[in-house]
Amino acid sequence: MSEAVLSIRNLTVEIPTRGSILRPVDQINYDINRGEILGIVGESGAGKSMAGNAVIGLLNRPAKITGGEIWLNGTRIDQLEGEDMRRLRGKHIGMVFQDPLTSLNPLLRIGDQLTETMLEHLDISRDEARKRAAAALDEVGIPAAAQRLDSYPHEFSGGMRQRVVIALALCAEPSLIIADEPTTALDVSVQAQIIALLKRLCRDRGTAVMLITHDMGVIAETADRVAVMYAGRLAELGNVRDVVTHPEHPYTDGLMGSTPLASKGLKRLHQIPGSMPRLTAMPEGCAFHPRCEFAQDICRAEPRPKLNGGRSACHFPIQQPAEETA
Amino acid sequence: MAMIQVKNLTRIFDVSKPWLNRVIERLPKAMLTAVSDVSFDVEERTVYSLVGESGSGKSTIGKMAVGLLKPTDGSVLINDIDLSRETDGGKLDKARSDIQMIFQDPYASLNPRWRVREIINEPVSARGGNVVGLAEKLLEQVGLSALDADKFPHEFSGGQRQRICIARALASEPKLIVCDEPTSALDVSVQAQVLNLMSDLQENLGLTYLFISHDLTVVQHISDKIGVLYLGRLVEEATPDELFENPKHPYTQMLLAAAPKMDGFGREIDPPQGEIPDPINPPTGCAFHPRCPIAAAQCSAERPEMRVVRGARVACHLAE
Repeated sequence: MSEAVLSIRNLTVEIPTRGSILRPVDQINYDINRGEILGIVGESGAGKSMAGNAVIGLLNRPAKITGGEIWLNGTRIDQLEGEDMRRLRGKHIGMVFQDPLTSLNPLLRIGDQLTETMLEHLDISRDEARKRAAAALDEVGIPAAAQRLDSYPHEFSGGMRQRVVIALALCAEPSLIIADEPTTALDVSVQAQIIALLKRLCRDRGTAVMLITHDMGVIAETADRVAVMYAGRLAELGNVRDVVTHPEHPYTDGLMGSTPLASKGLKRLHQIPGSMPRLTAMPEGCAFHPRCEFAQDICRAEPRPKLNGGRSACHFPIQQPAEETA
Repeated sequence: MAMIQVKNLTRIFDVSKPWLNRVIERLPKAMLTAVSDVSFDVEERTVYSLVGESGSGKSTIGKMAVGLLKPTDGSVLINDIDLSRETDGGKLDKARSDIQMIFQDPYASLNPRWRVREIINEPVSARGGNVVGLAEKLLEQVGLSALDADKFPHEFSGGQRQRICIARALASEPKLIVCDEPTSALDVSVQAQVLNLMSDLQENLGLTYLFISHDLTVVQHISDKIGVLYLGRLVEEATPDELFENPKHPYTQMLLAAAPKMDGFGREIDPPQGEIPDPINPPTGCAFHPRCPIAAAQCSAERPEMRVVRGARVACHLAE
């Protein structure tokens, strides 16, 4: 556990309701190493953002962590509260949200927002902070950075705003960045710019990145490893190349197949029947079995399949074509 | 004869500040050219896609095609009828009943207080048509159950709602459906279901789609012909195979290079430079010239006309 920047062990997030307890995140495990980009994919409601928010302590009540551990650089952080958590946020973990307009304060100049963060977390003078703010904007590719410090967020375009948010997440030099759908609101050409920027910063500084997205193409190009989430559980975790080209879990296979990219030249897209179960009506056993073409009796019964250090949480993982027997 | 003929279509919006501000701050009027001199034809029973980034004018063209907006200049002819200029009420009525639209957000485009039956029947009952059993039949056609007709929209997921929108669009038996980003709000596995449904319906019912999207992969999958828009101008038009194998306009080339690829593991690309310019003050000549890697002096001076280059229509001085 020493090499990993972030270790998540059996993390469970629960939302108590009147009749029952909902589990949007159910016993997930993963590590992120220094300089590594871990992609987290899944469809809406899979619990990918909830897992990210749990790490940085931004769960909205009544949702709360009810089990498992989160370790950051060898320190356990899931039980931190109040002041301790606030010091951790920004200093050790940076966060980039989907919508760059709502994650900046529209009433403050961006230079003030950057220096505020640095003065809060680093022991430096105001002048030094301003110098570093200009350098940070320069690093994320904003032209004439020193002059733009006095601009307000509305004076920037969407792509430029997202660069400011990234500079803000990076300015206290955190060891982990959680990027929650950082390019979803952006156009293709701007998305390519932001992805290239994230990759470069991650490589140069050795920052670990948790990249949460639903776009398989972005994951394939950016991530080193990928975790596929389904109904709050990890379905598959492995090297991005293995997972994308030879998925083991039937859900991953269906997800890859249903992207138009993968069905190139086919008349119809491959489709998974049905839709993700609601949290209030989670099936017994493997959550995917009602939609799975390989489901057997064992899949419908508890205990459900777990990763257990392997690639996929499935009783009948799809074999590589070469070893195919049955 | 093409079903839709778009000729020199232009739409300018007045985005000036209120007159008092203009007087006090001595500002001129601000005019935003959302669509500028766009021409294309859509053949019957084909899928024509308009693709472009935000602000490229693709939705504005869609709205003008169904008659929700009037063109500033130029015209849209649908089966030879110009919705914005036709004065014969009977002809207009006939033309309008042949057009339907599917919108992006299936949460916003269904009335939450209406039952699904009323929603689907309305396009027909509004014209005094017979609606007995219509909603039930259409719901089954789009892969839902006839029993769903008595439910309200909030009881359905996003993908199911989009199916209801499709059922509503089919109710009046239209010939043309304008689809404005119909799958952008959906997850990939649901998107695949909806796209397959749309392809099946198009084939079985002989529909024509004007399909508007920002997603190149979706467009490549569903289209018979693709028009690429940049800053309100059509820059290239070609079949999907030709466009994706052999893009001719530098903007199309840039867009295709920037799009993420499933096999692009660890791909290091030079990201495209710059952003879409301000449409209130577009660049002179070719709108793409400030970002174009091969721009010459001619490009900043003279706006390129659409011309045929090896099986595609391209608006570029230098494409060959």
